[in-house]
Order: sequence, then structure tokens, then C-alpha cells
Amino acid sequence: MIFIAPATLGFVVFYIWPTLRGAYLSFTEYSLLSAPKFNGLANYDRMIHDSFFWNALGVTVEYVVINIGLQTVLAVGIAMLMYRLTKSITVRAIILAPYLVANVVVALVWYWMLDVQVGVVNTFLGWVGIDPVAFFGDSHWAIPTVAGINVWRHMGYTALLVFAGLQTIPAYVYEAAEVDGSTEWKTFWRITLPLLRPVLVMVLVVTMIGSFQIFDTVAVTTQGGPINATRVIYYYIYERAFTRFDFGYASAMALVLFAILAVVSLVQLRLLRARESDLA
Amino acid sequence: MRKQVSIGRTVAWVLLFILLIVTLFPFYWMLRTAFSDNTQLPGHPNSLLPVETTLGAFKRVLGLSSIEEAQAQGGSGAAVNFWLYLRNSLVVATITTVCQVFFSAMAAYAFARLRWPGRDKVFAVFLAALMVPPIFTTLPNFVLIKNLGLLNSFAGIILPGAFMTPFAIFFLRQFFLGINRELEEAAMIDGAGHRRIFFGMIIPLSAAPIATLAILTYINSWNDYFWPLLVGQQENVRVLTVALGVFRSQTPQGGPDWAGLMAATLIAALPMIILFLAFAKRITNSIGFSGIK
Repeated sequence: MIFIAPATLGFVVFYIWPTLRGAYLSFTEYSLLSAPKFNGLANYDRMIHDSFFWNALGVTVEYVVINIGLQTVLAVGIAMLMYRLTKSITVRAIILAPYLVANVVVALVWYWMLDVQVGVVNTFLGWVGIDPVAFFGDSHWAIPTVAGINVWRHMGYTALLVFAGLQTIPAYVYEAAEVDGSTEWKTFWRITLPLLRPVLVMVLVVTMIGSFQIFDTVAVTTQGGPINATRVIYYYIYERAFTRFDFGYASAMALVLFAILAVVSLVQLRLLRARESDLA
Repeated sequence: MRKQVSIGRTVAWVLLFILLIVTLFPFYWMLRTAFSDNTQLPGHPNSLLPVETTLGAFKRVLGLSSIEEAQAQGGSGAAVNFWLYLRNSLVVATITTVCQVFFSAMAAYAFARLRWPGRDKVFAVFLAALMVPPIFTTLPNFVLIKNLGLLNSFAGIILPGAFMTPFAIFFLRQFFLGINRELEEAAMIDGAGHRRIFFGMIIPLSAAPIATLAILTYINSWNDYFWPLLVGQQENVRVLTVALGVFRSQTPQGGPDWAGLMAATLIAALPMIILFLAFAKRITNSIGFSGIK
């Protein structure tokens, strides 16, 4: 029993208890200075009428869609390239490298490279005759830019997950396809992609849960601006809790985020169960 | 699937090559900028080599140049002390990793090798915790740490992650399950208790996965931003990631100290880059496992 004691202590104090307490706090008014005051559903009622909340949710969804879409397509492409061309560990290590440096570091490097006046990316754009883009300063570009930065950081990691999935597809399936005269393109769409589905579903869910919680990049680069364009839900909760000390309301929003992620996970379970028919 | 040299294959190689460049270029640009003279940078936005190569940016960041010198080179002149932040990051990441991996290994052993009532139910509860998004527990945890009077202390930064994470336990349990039970029984017949089996047998046999987990934990802990931002704002416990955020907001708005900023990011990223170069194979190979299982 002694073996499980420290882990259980940590689990109860820093996971279970805060989960229960967070749920309770979401029904209170709490400014950290005096004891939480129970106020029923007031926080939730407020949330429904809070245009900043809906904006944050909308911006987050926009981010998630761009991030996931781009990242999944690129990751599958990269994984295919690696699978067909080279199993080199060096190549794999290089594409994983961005994933291993801090979000903050990644955000700062891109913040510099994407600077309107002296950023190297705008220099490149200039060479092909495109006017400088204010990546972080233009409200249309801000979210796609933040999403793109995170795609750069995560696509190698995701590609390695897909790559691991590719290696589980038995070789005879491909041999059979080749014997049948299937073209490479056809094989990819008819065989590889369907057989990859369990891995893809898993990857989609993991990355979706992760990308709903985008914070670091926004905190370091745009801080929610310009004009709320990048105030994602995580950042809004953070602002409410730690700059306005509106802890009850922040907890309520965190609970809603929790619920959204739970739904995403449930959908995943459904899809995962449906996989059984794939590789008979 | 052997193919002769074809157009398709050539295109594929070109694509892969472009991909590698896109991946590596920002790292190079960080390096190139960090060694540049900040006042000369805006004039040469597309120079591939450092502009007027100098160590000035590093000196500025590490507090080795005087305030006047720093300002003349485009710095804010505010005192920065990256040595201190480097030490703080080392303290936080090291203690977190050692404690978390050790306690998680103990729990994983109990879940994998010991029989006790309710074991599987308790394990299911631990796993369910993986579902709870961090922000949800972060808010009450902040209140707790504050009430304990641990804001701006190493204990406050380290405690929540020190005991376990559900993932660490899950990861190690998988390996412990695979260890041959007969070995364990033989040891028991020889009179070894659980403690001796754990330290003398399980840990040595699982050295590789434990090392992998430790490296991953170290990287995560080193790179963590949100929690240390909340509880470790004060200078004496500020870690590198938080310091970078502060440094960025301090650089003058007109012509930011890009060289200094890149020197700072390079210093912050360097230990992880070295760790990665040393363990690239182990880390890379663990990705397939950690994500899918």
C-alpha cells in the first residue's frame, strides 16, 4: 500500500479535489479576497449574454478548424513521404525538433520572422511581389497566423504518430493491391487511408483537445488582440481569473470548456468503436 | 514496393527536402539573429549571415554589459538575469522529474504487479483524470497554493506535478505488466519483499522506459509556461519561459531588441536542444508508443 500512497496523495489533492472544487466555484462569486459566495446559475446566465465569451468561443473554433485541418493533411503527407522514401532516424528527429522547444520560444521566433517591417518572411514575400502582411496586427490574419505557427510546431509530432500507424498496416495488403494493378494514388485513397482510420481518429481527438487549449502562443504574441481577434477561450478564462479576479465566472467558463472537450471525446469513442469492421 | 527512379519519386524527395528546410530554418534564423548587431539588423533583413557578427546580444541578456552599452545596442536597459532563470528552470524541472517519475513508478508497480481489492477501479479513476482539461484544475489549484502561502515559491511551482501524472503511471504500468512473473516469484521464494523486488528487479529491468519517461517529463517541465506564470512571477523563482515573456514585453516598442530576444530564446532552448541531440533516437522512437497506447 505504501507504493501507491504518494501518487494517491498527489492525485486527490491536485486532481480530484480541484475538480470538485472547480465545479463548486463555478456556482459562486469569488474574487480570491473573501470566501466564495454561492450565486446559483448566475455565472452561466451571464455567460449566455456575454458577447466576449461567444467571441472567444468563435475565435477558438476558428483556430481549431484551421489548425487541425492544416496539421492533419500535412502530417499525413509527411508520414507518407517518410514511409515511402526513408526510414532515416535523422529525418524523423529533425521533423520532431520543433515539438521539443517551448511554445514560448517558438512563438518568439515566429514573432520575429513574421514582423511586418523587418521580418524575413515578408522579405521572402517581397521577392515574389507580395506586399508586407501584418501577420499579427491584422485581425483577419492573426488567428490563421497563430494556427500556422502551431502547425509548424506540431506537424512533425503528428506525422510520427501517423507514421507509427502506417507501419502497422501489413505488407501483404499492398502486395495484393499491386498485383491487382492499383495505381499509387488509388492505393492511398482506397487502402492506406481507410486502414489508417483508427490512428487518424486518435490523432484528431488528441490534437483537437490540445488545440482547444491554445494559450502560450497567444499570451506571448498578440495577447488577445488586435481587437479581440485572438482572444481564445483559454486566454479569456485566464484574463477573467487572474487580471479581473473573477474566479467564479472563470470557473464556470472552464467547466463549459470541459464539457465541450468531453463531448469531443465521446464522439471519438463512437468513432473508435466503429473501427472494428476495417481490418477483418 | 521497390520503385525505379521516377518523376514521382524525385518530386517526393524535393518535397521532403523543402520540409526539412522549413523545419530547420527558424532555428537557424534564431542563431543568425542572436549573433547580429541589433542596430544594424533593420538595414539587412534578408542577410543570411549574422549582421556585423557580435556577442553583444548574449552579453546584454546575461547581464554582462553595462546599462548604457545595452541601451546603445537597442536593449531596454532593464536588468535581466538569465543565469538566475536558468538555475530556477533547472531546479524546477529536475525536482519535478525525479519526484514524478519515482512516485509514478511506485504507483505503476502497485497497479501492475500487486493484487489488492479495488485495484482496477482505482486505476480507472486515475485514467479518467486524463480527461479533465488542465485549466479546470488549474484555477482551484491556484487557490489552494495561494491559501497554503506558497505563491512565488519553488514548492508552489513544483508540488502539483511532483507526485504523479495519470499519463506517467499509465506509461510505466504498460511496461511493468510485461515483466515475467516467474522471475518475481523466484525472488519471492528467496524471501525478497515487495520493496526489494521493486528496487532490485523492476526498476533495473525497466531502465529504458523509465529513462524515456524521465526525458519527456524533463522537456515538458522545462517548457511549461502557464503554471509557472501564475505562481512563479517573482524574480527569485521565475523560470526561463516566464522570463522570456517578461523580456519580450520589456523590449522597446520602437525598434525592438530582436537580437537580444533571439539570444534569450536561444539560451532558453539550448538545454533542450542538447538533450534532444543526445537522446534523439530514444525520444523519436517513443512517440509512436506514447501517442497510440
